Amino acid sequence: MSKNPFPMPTEIGPVAGAENWHSMYAYYTHVQPDDDKRFWFYNSMHFSEPMSAFDMITAEAAYHAMGACMTRVFAFPTAMGIDYRVINGRVYISANTVTDPAKITERLEVFQRRAGHYYENWNQFFGEWEQRMGALIKEMNAIKVPELPEYDDESVVMEKRGTAQNHYVRTAYHRTIELYSQMWHHHFEMLMLGYGAYVVFFQFCKQAFPEITDQNVARMVAGIDVLMFRPDDELKKLARLAVELKLDQLFTSDGNPAVILPAVKAQGEAGARWLAALETSRDPWFNISIGDGFYHYERSWNDDLSVPLSALPHYITLVKQGESLERPTERLREERKRIIDEYRSLLGSDDERAAFDQMLAVSHLVFPYVEDHKFYCEHWLTTSFFNKVREFGSLLQRYEVLDRQDDIFQLHYTEVEQALANVMNSWAAGSPPSNRDHFKPIVAERRAMLKVLAEWQAPPAIGPMPDNIEDPALQMLWGITTETLHSWAAPDLTNSNDLKGYAASAGVVEGVARVLRSITDFGEIQEGDILVCPVTHPSWSPLFSKLKAAVSDIGGTMSHMAIVAREYGMPAVVGTGSATKRIQSGQRIRVDGDRGIVTILDAA
Amino acid sequence: MTTAMQPTVAWFKDVDIRAVASVGGKGASLGELRRAGITIPDGFVLTTAAFRDFIGELRQQLDTESRIAALKNSDTATLNDCCAGIREAVVQQPCSAGLQQAICGAYQELSDGGKHAVAVRSSATSEDSAEASFAGLQDTYLWVRDEQAMLEAVKKCWASLYNAESVSYRLRLGVVEAQLAMAVVIQRMVNSRCSGVMFTRSPTTGDRSVITLEASWGLGSSIVSGEVTPDRFVINKITGEITRRDIADKQIEHVPAETGGVLEQPVAGHLRQQQCVSDAEIHALATIAREVERHYGKPQDIEWALDQDGNVLLLQSRPETVWAAKDAAPVAKPAARPFDHIFKVMGGQRKA
Repeated sequence: MSKNPFPMPTEIGPVAGAENWHSMYAYYTHVQPDDDKRFWFYNSMHFSEPMSAFDMITAEAAYHAMGACMTRVFAFPTAMGIDYRVINGRVYISANTVTDPAKITERLEVFQRRAGHYYENWNQFFGEWEQRMGALIKEMNAIKVPELPEYDDESVVMEKRGTAQNHYVRTAYHRTIELYSQMWHHHFEMLMLGYGAYVVFFQFCKQAFPEITDQNVARMVAGIDVLMFRPDDELKKLARLAVELKLDQLFTSDGNPAVILPAVKAQGEAGARWLAALETSRDPWFNISIGDGFYHYERSWNDDLSVPLSALPHYITLVKQGESLERPTERLREERKRIIDEYRSLLGSDDERAAFDQMLAVSHLVFPYVEDHKFYCEHWLTTSFFNKVREFGSLLQRYEVLDRQDDIFQLHYTEVEQALANVMNSWAAGSPPSNRDHFKPIVAERRAMLKVLAEWQAPPAIGPMPDNIEDPALQMLWGITTETLHSWAAPDLTNSNDLKGYAASAGVVEGVARVLRSITDFGEIQEGDILVCPVTHPSWSPLFSKLKAAVSDIGGTMSHMAIVAREYGMPAVVGTGSATKRIQSGQRIRVDGDRGIVTILDAA
Repeated sequence: MTTAMQPTVAWFKDVDIRAVASVGGKGASLGELRRAGITIPDGFVLTTAAFRDFIGELRQQLDTESRIAALKNSDTATLNDCCAGIREAVVQQPCSAGLQQAICGAYQELSDGGKHAVAVRSSATSEDSAEASFAGLQDTYLWVRDEQAMLEAVKKCWASLYNAESVSYRLRLGVVEAQLAMAVVIQRMVNSRCSGVMFTRSPTTGDRSVITLEASWGLGSSIVSGEVTPDRFVINKITGEITRRDIADKQIEHVPAETGGVLEQPVAGHLRQQQCVSDAEIHALATIAREVERHYGKPQDIEWALDQDGNVLLLQSRPETVWAAKDAAPVAKPAARPFDHIFKVMGGQRKA
């Protein structure tokens, strides 16, 4: 037995300058001695940065909902929920499985009845789901954070309400948290069933065609009219309209709305038409996060119009060059059909073809949900949620409990509860909040710790290494296979200029690397660059029309970058682990999207 | 005689898979390829009628049937001696004037008066499965350059029906000797720049969605005989991507010898580690492989060559047999409801 290649959870010490990181997170997320008996991996895909105290609610609410869905609601026969821990600000997770055959049989009976109900009524339920999610978003936006005026409203007396405003501070805050939690429950309500269907088709393909790439399975299932492309399509529409109305010269690459929008408005009738079109696009399509919606600082296009506006000049240039910016949906549809028909024809028997048809049909049934849910959940509702929390931040700032509105994100959601209680008392008592400065040094310390923790090289896995990982969900969701484990355990150093990842989109090109950490650095990208970034999100789509190839640290073959790169027909390698650390902007690199290898060509 | 009605010479253009009983598996498959629009080096088959015409009374004179029936696989020495004797008698037997005229006439036409070298190959007429196992036991003569050598090669091919290995195999299977006949394929040689084989499924995993292509410099005999490690490529049938590319150090190549036959020589230094077939040629080959596979409706094992001008020619195509034998159980069968598949996998009833 060779030495375990990964550190034990309890062995990991604090980072200098962030010794007090535990204080940011609830006690139940801290490592416990028994944790050394389990295998954990760093969920870098969803939480690639250290968690601020408040943002930890995203992990907590999501795991509560996902685990409940699998363990209690649908009773997935072999899989339960996950446990999570925080170490140096990073989220580590460990999956719980069911191995007792009797228990599996018992759960299967429940699962069949419950999951079957959803599969049988999928489209109807998805329609109703969209209604429910729409209502949730509406309610979130409508929550009124009490203003706590000098005197309470006259109606409290005249209508004998008998309840003062400070009471509703807590009510509103609780409702905000509740709706966010509820969103996550809805999020997983259909998602795990959707993944289940996909996994079954995926495995069938792998058995029938042992050498099929994940990429080609994905191409058979992926939808064409997915919401993810919609914000980008809206931008293209706005670019065409700007050219048509001869407003194009007003759009400068800095995308500053404070300059651009008044300039457009000054153009009379034409300007008014364009601004009206912008408003139509914004609601709802600009409710898209510049990230995956897991962090408070990942705001929506609506929150920061400079993001979409700075993408416009490039599209305007393309329009003027006579390029059609339309997505070739008909061609994509035909190509998908061709791939499906060809694989189908290569199957060994009519029985296999019939089974293939069934599994693919279920995948096509569930996939619109899998692809579109994110817009409602992670983008629209989540950016609304963080904005609502900002309103509570403003209240705390007004009472000088916090220096800045967004300091609220440095408090755990249970600490926010305390701070609000202090304000509620202050308003009622008619005196300043008690121990008003309590949180200020804490906020400062936490901001400093997060900076330090961002530089920490989190081990990809901790605890005893399992012999193999056969869970296809792990591979699909996090890109983790037995092979991944081995590469983590013993990084291949044969060619130190090579980085290995997933072959996400075919082709081989060489070019200049441009390392982007955030979409707000959009302006740095030159025509023909190769994008190197931690992970891309739907709001990055406008970028791809400038690129020659794309490389990411994180992601699998169904990740955003993989899907968009395939659409643009450019090579892409995803899930390299460390491309943004090892590659520098300006270096020449080769991206081999056939084999999943990125090579640094002019390494020092 | 009923055989008198059958022609002794059948050109590829007049042959298809239904003629297998008279032209053998190899001959029928070449005719079929040509009918499917695939470019193959031209040639003709000496049919079983030619064999019967040739061997005439010799079988009775030699009493082959009862002599072979008396042989035992356990007694290798007797079996070898007996077979060698029969083969010697076959090779010594002269052709009838009419048969010789038919063979030589076709040969002169094919070789353009002896200008082009030909290959002479035996083409067994037994059923598919047995034929597969005969592969390699039958005779092939490459780069035959004149009429005399051609005739000798033809007789050796006829005689190869009595190779000890073949006879032993027939004894084991209990094949009836009386009905046996041997067809012979005579085909123009291709002085190939490079050549190789293709499987229209993965030989390692059985995957039907890929083509595995092996290629080396010169004649294909160097790969078939295993004397060279070829370049190896895996091509996705659906996307056309070359998903694997292993360029080997190709130390030797086979080239035609001036005096007939094949010569082994070292590959020029600068070519040894060079990819011997271009990506465009790989794509052209893969397209042809798919056509052949579609034509037959099952995975194929193909020999190919590129001539000096880069034209693709197929030399042979036969059904892949190794994985075909393992295909018995389908990966999955249709379920009552489409989502029942999910319950099977999630419940651990089907190995996912």
